[in-house]
Amino acid sequence: MYAYDQYDQAMVDARVAEFRDQCERRLAGKLSEDQFKPLRLMNGLYLQLHAYMLRVAIPYGTLNGGQMRVLADIAEKYDRGYGHFTTRQNIQYNWIKLEDAADILADLAKVEMHAIQTSGNCIRNISSDHFAGAAADEVADPRPYAELLRQWSSFHPEFSYLPRKFKICVIASENDRAAMRLHDIGIRIVERDGELGAQFYVGGGMGRTPMIAPLIRDFVPLDQLVTYSEACLRVYNRYGRRDNKYKARIKILVHELGAEEYTRQVEEEFAHLLDQGVEPPLAELERIKGYFRDPDMPDAGQEADRSDPDFAVWLDHNTHAHKMPGYVSAIVSLKPVGGIPGDATAAQMRVLADLAERYSFDELRIMHTQNVVLPHVRKADLYALWQALNEAGMGTPNADLMGDIIACPGLDYCSLANARSIPIAQRISQRFAANGKEAALGELKLKISGCINACGHHHAGHIGILGVDRKGTENYQLLLGGSEAEDTSLAKITGPGFDELGIVDAVETAADVYLRERTEGERFLDTYRRIGMAPFKEALYD
Amino acid sequence: MKLITGNDLKTGAVTWWTGDGWSIHIEDAADAGDEAEAIATREEAARRVNVPYVIEAEAGPDGAPRPAHIKERVRALGPTVRVDLTLKPDDPTAAQKVI
Ligand code: HEM
Ligand code: SF4
Repeated sequence: MYAYDQYDQAMVDARVAEFRDQCERRLAGKLSEDQFKPLRLMNGLYLQLHAYMLRVAIPYGTLNGGQMRVLADIAEKYDRGYGHFTTRQNIQYNWIKLEDAADILADLAKVEMHAIQTSGNCIRNISSDHFAGAAADEVADPRPYAELLRQWSSFHPEFSYLPRKFKICVIASENDRAAMRLHDIGIRIVERDGELGAQFYVGGGMGRTPMIAPLIRDFVPLDQLVTYSEACLRVYNRYGRRDNKYKARIKILVHELGAEEYTRQVEEEFAHLLDQGVEPPLAELERIKGYFRDPDMPDAGQEADRSDPDFAVWLDHNTHAHKMPGYVSAIVSLKPVGGIPGDATAAQMRVLADLAERYSFDELRIMHTQNVVLPHVRKADLYALWQALNEAGMGTPNADLMGDIIACPGLDYCSLANARSIPIAQRISQRFAANGKEAALGELKLKISGCINACGHHHAGHIGILGVDRKGTENYQLLLGGSEAEDTSLAKITGPGFDELGIVDAVETAADVYLRERTEGERFLDTYRRIGMAPFKEALYD
Repeated sequence: MKLITGNDLKTGAVTWWTGDGWSIHIEDAADAGDEAEAIATREEAARRVNVPYVIEAEAGPDGAPRPAHIKERVRALGPTVRVDLTLKPDDPTAAQKVI
């Protein structure tokens, strides 16, 4: 894992001191809220429905046990004993007091964490594959490249006031586990003729105008990665719209110019930048790579003992192939039946820290699906791991099944929401646990957002749910056919919305259409793509 | 009726104008009537509550003010999915009343 050098630490410490002073002045009444708001947002401190909310960055979703333990301590000491893991692989605390904010940031800085650039019109935390460095199908570990870009984008003076927020994702496999093409820039590390390079997909996003990023360059040599990124950002910073917040994301620029014209401008800027010395020396990349070396993983040669049937079910759903023989990556579910997706208590976080240290070379990952990964687990240790997870309520065997719902905080916490998301997720998971259809349905990704901002990825759900406000009451639109994987697609609305109870029935109706229509081996998404919307509409509305 | 609400500067807690100060309990909220906007502006300048604003409400069945919009009713209670963390942890029907 990356470890801060003296520059990283000095920058973060200086920021804590600066913010402490700003908070003190606000508390003393020397700053107005108008003056203070941009300052607190630069440190991830939002004001939400019930309190201040702090969003802490987890770079490319990777953290160690010590860091997880500090996240637990913060939840207990300054919040109400829990935190919420988000689709951008970060954590949010919902009950923060302004008086404590600087102390929290100081605690985070001690374990090389912060909340910088988790808000505002800057380059946000860079996301990545949660199986990075472990997956059998990757051509390289994407994290050193994500880390290089993290350093480049941290406090980048030219890009600290972009037209709008900017989200970058880096992956390194054909299979996309990070919604790469739904980011402002999606980078895929690929191998060509024995050499590594980067594909650039630019102009994707969700929100009110969802778009799938087009490929604008299919091979950028890795010693030009930063320069090419700079060119992409520069064209956006210059021409991205600033007159209308809703048209300010790069996806709108790419769409309005056309991918071809945007690419032409990027290439022109790139040619100009190439001799400007923007690119850090390759030695820097090599230095960073040194931090991401594989742990020493001797093949224990043992398979997991499948004799306990409950364990076997968990093994089938919640483990993922590892590049080293004798190992797997284990998915820890934060989606117990009827639970709040992505919430973890301080006690659970501590269990995760312990288990990471004991079984996974002190590494943890946060998934965009709001679960947690222990990336390098010996198969021989899986049974003990599963038992420990079960004891802590984190052993639900539902990865990528109906119960593994993504849900944003919605109207229970979020000041922008139209409707609540969490209770819908709870009811659906309870319904499908009770009717026993979850296993038969197989892979089915359900994603819920409480408003059009799409923090819950509803556009990318096999089934998506969007909360809307209908004359002051909560109403829910149903969407079908989205995917955030390598076969990225955007879901379509079925028709008129449903009320709070109706939407749960509607999801079951859609699931039943699939069970009736599917052919051998088809997932829900495949059946939808084959038969189209009509049979679903008929069942839902007739 | 018109209520004034905002979030406490120090704690961020939802707070309601009582006529001569602020309370976290909506039961204490006062109808600020035609004065509402002026009070909100004055209180903003006092810098103890973040961005106070005026909302519509009516008298609810239990006599306490009931905001017209669901968002404000959620604010008045707390998260409906964690009644244990709301202002009415012992009332199992509290979340239902918000809807
Ligand atoms: C509670 C405070 C939050 C606020 C105020 C907020 C605000 C927003 C807004 C305004 C957008 C739309 C941006 C645009 O289209 O230009 C957005 C998008 C998004 N947010 Fe949030 N959000 C919040 C929480 C979250 C949470 C909890 C998550 C993760 C579960 C999240 C992840 C995302 C993602 C993935 C998108 C869509 C991707 C994109 O196009 O940028 N946000 N958010
Ligand atoms: S999708 Fe809307 S309701 Fe949900 S967290 Fe984002 S802004 Fe809030």
